[in-house]
Amino acid sequence: MSSVDLIIPLLIVAPILAATLPIALGLRFERTGWPVAGLTTLGLFGAAGYLASVVYTGGEENHTLGGYPPRYGIELVADEFSMLIVLLITAVATGVLAFTRRGGPRGNTFYTAYLLLVGGLLGISLTGDVFNLFVFLEITSIATYALVASGDGPEAAVASLKYLILGTVAASMYLIGVAFVFMATGTLNMVELATAIPAPETNPTLIRAGFAFITVGFAVKVAQWPLHTWQPSAYQQAPDGVTPLIAALVSTASAYAFGRLIVTVFEVDYLAATPNAAAIVLTIGCVSVLAGTVLAVIQTEVKRMLAYSSVSQFGLVIAAYGVVIAGSSETALIGAAIHLVGHGLLKAGLFLGVALVAASYGARTVDEYAGLAKERPFVAGSMAVLLFSLVGVPPGVGFVGKWYIALGAVESQLWPVAAVIFLSTMLTLAYAARLLEKMYFTPPAVVESPHATGAVATDGGDADDEESGDTDPTDDIGTTVPVTGTDTRTVSVGMVAIVVVAALGSIALGFAGGTFADLLEPFLTEVFN
Amino acid sequence: MIESLFSHYTYVLMFVILGIGIYMVIASENLVKKLIGVNLFQTAIFLFFVSMAYIDVEGASAPIVPATKDPGELMVASPLPQVIVLTAIVVGIALTAVGLALIIRIYAEYGTLREDTLREVRADE
Repeated sequence: MSSVDLIIPLLIVAPILAATLPIALGLRFERTGWPVAGLTTLGLFGAAGYLASVVYTGGEENHTLGGYPPRYGIELVADEFSMLIVLLITAVATGVLAFTRRGGPRGNTFYTAYLLLVGGLLGISLTGDVFNLFVFLEITSIATYALVASGDGPEAAVASLKYLILGTVAASMYLIGVAFVFMATGTLNMVELATAIPAPETNPTLIRAGFAFITVGFAVKVAQWPLHTWQPSAYQQAPDGVTPLIAALVSTASAYAFGRLIVTVFEVDYLAATPNAAAIVLTIGCVSVLAGTVLAVIQTEVKRMLAYSSVSQFGLVIAAYGVVIAGSSETALIGAAIHLVGHGLLKAGLFLGVALVAASYGARTVDEYAGLAKERPFVAGSMAVLLFSLVGVPPGVGFVGKWYIALGAVESQLWPVAAVIFLSTMLTLAYAARLLEKMYFTPPAVVESPHATGAVATDGGDADDEESGDTDPTDDIGTTVPVTGTDTRTVSVGMVAIVVVAALGSIALGFAGGTFADLLEPFLTEVFN
Repeated sequence: MIESLFSHYTYVLMFVILGIGIYMVIASENLVKKLIGVNLFQTAIFLFFVSMAYIDVEGASAPIVPATKDPGELMVASPLPQVIVLTAIVVGIALTAVGLALIIRIYAEYGTLREDTLREVRADE
């Protein structure tokens, strides 16, 4: 034990404490939100990088909060699996924050919600306590509801309320599951649960009921068909600068938590012996893969299309968990971890690209993307790379994840699952190709885009006033023009650069696929001993 | 069966409240009532946590240690679920506040709290 283990609680506490600063300092000084948020996310990224280097060389680090023994207190754990997600969260948070400096939204309340969201997400990844996980899930959710509702127009509030009601019921389902498991075992610590659950004196009915409730809860949180209904409208109505963050991280962290519960708490062997557990998880995943892609193909709005694509991509991850349970396949777990990170990066890049295009041309539907490659070669090129990677074309990171998951399914001789994964690749191409065809091969339409990027005319006066009141004091760049027309001044080189970096990152991670497996190795041997 | 129902009547109560809550969320067209349903749903879980701490230990009292020097052997309910419920209540209140704020915004924009009317208004736009 050294001072390294202090970094773990700091990663969670620092953003949550810093979240109070933009509003508190905003009472006295103007323009404090951006420096506070920027410094905090950069610091988190640095700390996460350092902690990762320690964990990947020296093994797992834990911190016991308040010195209470883990049986009663809360333990924070940084191991090989959680550090992957922590690195993804801090990296994407820094990138998206840099993008929003110019691309908006801005304002002290935005930065507060942003930091709260980052703190909650880091909490989900680092906690080693099942009840604490519930608290962080809810902190993340509350920040997400606020961010979604900050979108233009009243539709955002409706989308956010829908998300709130479904999300709260889902988190409560998870809490019931925790209650059942706690009733059977008397502990909430993940590691202690791992030893208490398979013990013969525990009541298997309670554990099974608990797992069932937890599965339903996470199926909503991860947006699995048919419980995904909150997700497309939330992604679509959220402000353009917020969607990348939500799409890349919120469901990813929930999916990670579900995987963590499966492999660390319930343990693969126990679930494999539980009747139907593997079949149910596999079915949820596979059905979501197919339903998500089919729904994505028929969408006209780019943001909605990408949202439905998330349903199917997370379906792949859940299906991989099913393979892990059914065949106790290490390969599938590596695949799930890579796909979580890869999908997070891809969706962040794609939604940032969408935000860029919407800011410069007001284009929101697939048809309006016609001729983008001529107008903005770098953005179109990056989006093409990201889309190909999402489909699973080899050098991209999407390929590596899918490859490992499919390999795991084949190794475990789960042929229907392998078939679904290969079929999903083809279906993903169906919607990716629509966008690619528009960008590269359709000449731009002559008519001006009917959409204005600024506030919609139907927007009530109230909300407008409130928003400008929020943003004006913190408009740190004096030149920022209110986005009203289809001009390109709102897009800076830096914003384009961030999208390009995301595209390059997806390829670099694709080449580093084998490294992931090496990094996860100690964790896998511990789980599958 | 009947006997266990009598000794565990709080569990039955919990599932009845849980059912009422989820039914309100699904069936009520009024957004505020939906939110009340969510609250009821959560409260049922809190009650479940608290009652579970008592039922597991026969004849247990509240988990307060008397201020004597050596209290000896005491039968108390497990304090852990009660601490958990305190935290969960705070979370629930925060969620209710956010939900009500959103409902106020929706009412200000559309002038209705009913979901079916809301659907019509939004379809017209």
